[in-house]
Amino acid sequence: MRTDDLEALLDVLELRDGMRVSFHHHLRNGDAVMNEVLAALRRRGLKDLHLYASALFPVHTEAAACIEEGTIRHVTTNYVNGPVAEEIARGKLRGEFTMQTHGGRARAVLQGENAIDVAFLATPAVDAEGNGSGIYGAAACGSLGYAVEDHACAKRSVLITDSLEDFPVPGQLSASHTDHVLRLPSIGDPGGIVSGTLEVTRDPLGLKIARMATEVIRHSGLLRNGVSFQSGAGGISLAITEQFNDMLAATGTQASFFSGGIAAPHVKALERNLVEKLYDVQCFDEEAIGSLQRNTGHIPISAGDYADPTNASRVIKDLDIVILGASEVDTGFNVNVTTDSYGNLIGGSGGHSDTAEDSKLAIIVAPLFRGRTPLIQERLFTKTTSGEHIDCLVSERGIAVHPANDKLAGRLKAAGLPVVDIETLMQSAHAYTGRPKPITRGDAIGIVEGRRGDVQDTLYRKAG
Amino acid sequence: MKETVTTGSLESSDCLIRLEPSEQLEIDLETDVHEAFYEHIHTLISDTLEEMGVQSVYVRCKDQGALDFTIRARLIAAIERYRELHDG
Repeated sequence: MRTDDLEALLDVLELRDGMRVSFHHHLRNGDAVMNEVLAALRRRGLKDLHLYASALFPVHTEAAACIEEGTIRHVTTNYVNGPVAEEIARGKLRGEFTMQTHGGRARAVLQGENAIDVAFLATPAVDAEGNGSGIYGAAACGSLGYAVEDHACAKRSVLITDSLEDFPVPGQLSASHTDHVLRLPSIGDPGGIVSGTLEVTRDPLGLKIARMATEVIRHSGLLRNGVSFQSGAGGISLAITEQFNDMLAATGTQASFFSGGIAAPHVKALERNLVEKLYDVQCFDEEAIGSLQRNTGHIPISAGDYADPTNASRVIKDLDIVILGASEVDTGFNVNVTTDSYGNLIGGSGGHSDTAEDSKLAIIVAPLFRGRTPLIQERLFTKTTSGEHIDCLVSERGIAVHPANDKLAGRLKAAGLPVVDIETLMQSAHAYTGRPKPITRGDAIGIVEGRRGDVQDTLYRKAG
Repeated sequence: MKETVTTGSLESSDCLIRLEPSEQLEIDLETDVHEAFYEHIHTLISDTLEEMGVQSVYVRCKDQGALDFTIRARLIAAIERYRELHDG
């Protein structure tokens, strides 16, 4: 059906207690759809729903209220912060809490392991046939990569839009999978869709780390025509992307693709002809959205085509270099991006574990301590990504290389870069911070799932 | 008469220290790294007080993840100002 009436739509969806309802996070902290839909489900008295959201942000207050009241019993997501994180960390969720990776979620949806009853998909532009795109409309967000598998596999798929277009919308969501179209006055606040975090770091420590990471790339043996690269939207990552672009230009090297989340520095590389393709699963800023409209080399891809480990032609299987962050690293190079050292839920894998495993060179960039809290810990609060997939850690006081990659260590040493043992890095941080007392954990509250559905770690509450 | 002295700030990686008159030595420490470093910081404060020959004062420290040298500098400055205020 096609309607402007949410209640009328919910009437035809035959909703029942315990159903799995999915949402994507492309409108990020500007998303109005999840709150509006969940509030309506709560008013209807539904219980024990499984909230299957690719990510949850501070704006998602209604989801927290639904957990409190029992409207939502289980939560599965790839990334969470804000009120839902706080609610779960306080042990308020009655059922199971599962954190997946972007690739793992796509795999679980495609294989039917996570069967979605209804996908409520915020879609910035929808045409008369029911095709959906993120590139047009008042709440344009660019690529809809994390919505594609949900749209294709859900028992019922609803596109929720504020822009019904007269012209055909060529987009990632094909009409053949659309069951219903709902038009709301507004699906989101464009100010919150494009996050405000996208600034190249000006912090001297961050810049030092970025410069060192760029040198690691230069001497890695991977800088050649056809090199592929991925970096996120953190300040250090963006600085590395800009430096990487300049290095490509200076050495006359052309990259084959940049993948993942796309932001202004990636677009600049495409438009300077330093890279052939951008494989875009998610746009981080206006520049990226604009580029999708005008650049044929800028290609939106689905989460499955991006990172599903069972998809033989996934983009990241050919990825050379990935730049990743960390809230904690242990001396085995295992990485935590899910909680901080004290057990507060602050994020999640997203594509961290997927790209770390598939790339040839996974570089962690992070300062050795934030405030007094050291980066390198003897024991992680939560393990998000296995150390065996990490090649090196670049910090302001040197580069620790995973012992399995002595070839890299050799190359970096030969180039005169400061290669140090990870234990030594940890000790040099402790000289400033003191040695932290081991943190006591509270009850188990959920699991971290690897990309193939394996249990990577257990999530715990804070003690006390 | 103003009897208390305050140094530092509530910026991240800083601490706010307040000294007030007291009959005994009291340390009231609140830190955002409590689980891992409460004892470490408490010892740092009491050692610094001892080093400075302070026998009775109420120390309130609201720590935002400051490192040792920051906390020491804030505390020493507070003690010196406190002495100026009360002895000078």
